[in-house]
Amino acid sequence: MDFNDTPQEAEFRKEVRSWLDANAPKHLEPELKRASFGSNGLESEDPIKASKAWQKKKAEAGWACLHWPKEYGGGARSAMERVIWSQEEGPYAVLSGLFTIGHGMCGPTVMEWANEEWKEKLLPPLASGEEVWCQLFSEPASGSDLAGLRTKAVKADDGSGDWIINGQKIWTSGAQNSDWGLLITRTDPDVPKHKGLTMFFLRMDSPGVKVVPIRQANGASGFNEVYFDDVRIPDDQRLGDVGQGWKVSLTTLMNERLSIGSGMSTGFPELFKFCMDMEIDGEAATADSGVRSKLAQFAVKQSGLKYTGMRAISALSKGETPGPENSIGKLVAGATMQELAMYALDLQGEAGVVWNEDSPQNGRFQAMLMRSPATRIEGGSDEILRNIIGERVLGLPGDIRVDKDVPFKEIPTSGKAKA
Amino acid sequence: MNLDFSDEQKQLRDQVRRFLKENCPPAAVRAILEGGDAYDAKLYQGLADLGVLGAAIPEEYGGVGLGHLELCVVAEELGRVLAPVPVASTVYLGAECLMQAGSEDQKQAWLPKISAGEAIGCWAINEGSGRMQPSKVALTFDGKTVSGSKAPITDGEIADFAIVLAKEGGELSLCLVDLSGSGVTRETLDSIDPTRGQAKLTFDATPATRIGSAGDGWHIATQVMDRAAILIGFEQLGGADRALEMGRDYALERMAFGRQIGSFQAVKHILADMYVSATLARSNCYYGAWALSSSAAELPIAAATARVSATNAFQHCAKNNIQVHGGMGFTWAFDCHLYYRRSNALALTIGSLSTWESLLIERMSAGNVEAAA
Repeated sequence: MDFNDTPQEAEFRKEVRSWLDANAPKHLEPELKRASFGSNGLESEDPIKASKAWQKKKAEAGWACLHWPKEYGGGARSAMERVIWSQEEGPYAVLSGLFTIGHGMCGPTVMEWANEEWKEKLLPPLASGEEVWCQLFSEPASGSDLAGLRTKAVKADDGSGDWIINGQKIWTSGAQNSDWGLLITRTDPDVPKHKGLTMFFLRMDSPGVKVVPIRQANGASGFNEVYFDDVRIPDDQRLGDVGQGWKVSLTTLMNERLSIGSGMSTGFPELFKFCMDMEIDGEAATADSGVRSKLAQFAVKQSGLKYTGMRAISALSKGETPGPENSIGKLVAGATMQELAMYALDLQGEAGVVWNEDSPQNGRFQAMLMRSPATRIEGGSDEILRNIIGERVLGLPGDIRVDKDVPFKEIPTSGKAKA
Repeated sequence: MNLDFSDEQKQLRDQVRRFLKENCPPAAVRAILEGGDAYDAKLYQGLADLGVLGAAIPEEYGGVGLGHLELCVVAEELGRVLAPVPVASTVYLGAECLMQAGSEDQKQAWLPKISAGEAIGCWAINEGSGRMQPSKVALTFDGKTVSGSKAPITDGEIADFAIVLAKEGGELSLCLVDLSGSGVTRETLDSIDPTRGQAKLTFDATPATRIGSAGDGWHIATQVMDRAAILIGFEQLGGADRALEMGRDYALERMAFGRQIGSFQAVKHILADMYVSATLARSNCYYGAWALSSSAAELPIAAATARVSATNAFQHCAKNNIQVHGGMGFTWAFDCHLYYRRSNALALTIGSLSTWESLLIERMSAGNVEAAA
């Protein structure tokens, strides 16, 4: 047990540090460090332009998409080197938020399922940040039950082989900034739901695509609705066979949980600082026994996640596959952040209700309170994650699925509340 | 970076697990629960013969001279099977205290016997109800003898020596007492976990020697309890993991409404949450193991972190193991209550959960703000 780098790791860290030192956009650092939820915090520069500029610079020096092969614009680095890079990139990693979905989910899916020609065309500009991707999966009527999606793809009747898309997607992060989208559709409603799906990719400026930002419960608009009205997609933009969409989507979702779960914030360092600076009856809040109990419980969750991550890194550094421990990341971080935000407001007393620039830490805890419900839902809800832990980690049987062998069109679509 | 045990340490774990499977089945724990013995003497001697008791004791004092990481591995295994033996009292607290602060004579007198399984120790700090704190100590040390009472004392009934926190003048000192000396009275106390004995010890001018300097008692005791907290944390972790396994296995075997009950989300999610708390505890305990084995500056924070997290996990897993078992879990015949008893007893030993929660934040705010990140 030790926390030290091996000599090779130390050498690599040095290389990363010196490159970052010479190249990082240091003038943005103070703003990026203040970044809160759902934005990179930039006001002095256009956040999209700043993100793209930083990504391009990294790409030119070989620091983009470290987990991708070089021929597609990646860095072909080991897992351990990726970890070291992300530790060193620090606040500048916030600038990569724009590309998280493209690099972490869409890219790996294209890499596994597209033909060579498309891979060479699509992946390098995705790696270098010139093109942004979004993931068009969730729908108003299919969230956790993704395979129940209804966006329709039918063959055009003009013999072109093209597909005509009609329907609606929702909760699409970054659709308004995207050049390409990864789209899952229903091509056959006459077979059971998992069997009638097909995956495509398309230009987001295709005629008939309309992006409408969603006004979220917290007032912000990070997510979108995307409408498809007779949108035409050539057949060679299909990933996998017709009817194989579910299998293709699993590539994406597996990558989603890996990227979302790692290194998530619980808000504890901010709360601890707040309590250190605050007084109760003339003493530091951290001297109050009630506060101590609450803080200690948040602290052990924060450190538990931190060292769980380090155990996974340890496995990686030995060339092993990390165990299932990491599946707890988002589940713990999301719920902790929500409780923690409520407690931070509790400590502010009635003034906790006020949310403006005079609120402690610029209203960070109010922002956390209002954003955290989404963390517990996006990328697999708490309940779905518990199912995954129960079934894949503990080996418990799956739930009985009443719609499993029923043709999709016969599955009931609405229930009725009792009057 | 490597936050994991080595292959040799994992082999030791497997070896200890095999030994305990054979020598400490649930029936052995139950025999202590239901019988007249205060501990399993045969098992304890077996652990000594295996070299487990002296794992972290240097060879010059009759130990095996491995280290604390090995002791952590052993502790987890003892916790898994609820081993009814005085290892925590004797080794994590007794031997650790002597190694940290004992005189050469004190070490020579007791460490070889501890290693060989010939001497059992007890940690005599508590004086009655309420949180452990310096102002509550009334027992006195006059430089040669101690007088007063201590309770509850884990393994006090069977111990050969006691480490006693005493008032010496106006200050607190730690004393070593040979319990075969004069003026010692022992009274067995009933407890929520009879697989680990509790007693009241009364001293009437019993000969004693000081450990460390006069007035240094609370300081040394705190250091020793920090080290023990990590080892006891590993016992709790082992117990939590086993309770989770028992719940999982039952959820697979038990049928209701024509299905395995583990297929119901209400049950599945209880078990998933048990896995989460056990995983957090494991990661925090590994952090503690690193700090303990390297005597890192972070040790006090790492100890409190491991302790709080492991207490959470064992209590959470043990109580929900009963819940998953339903009515059967509340029968005497099923082993669930053995884990429930032990989880709640360990939650209180060497300072209760709220004590350690408070210590953790006190220590974090005392300077090492970095530790929050």
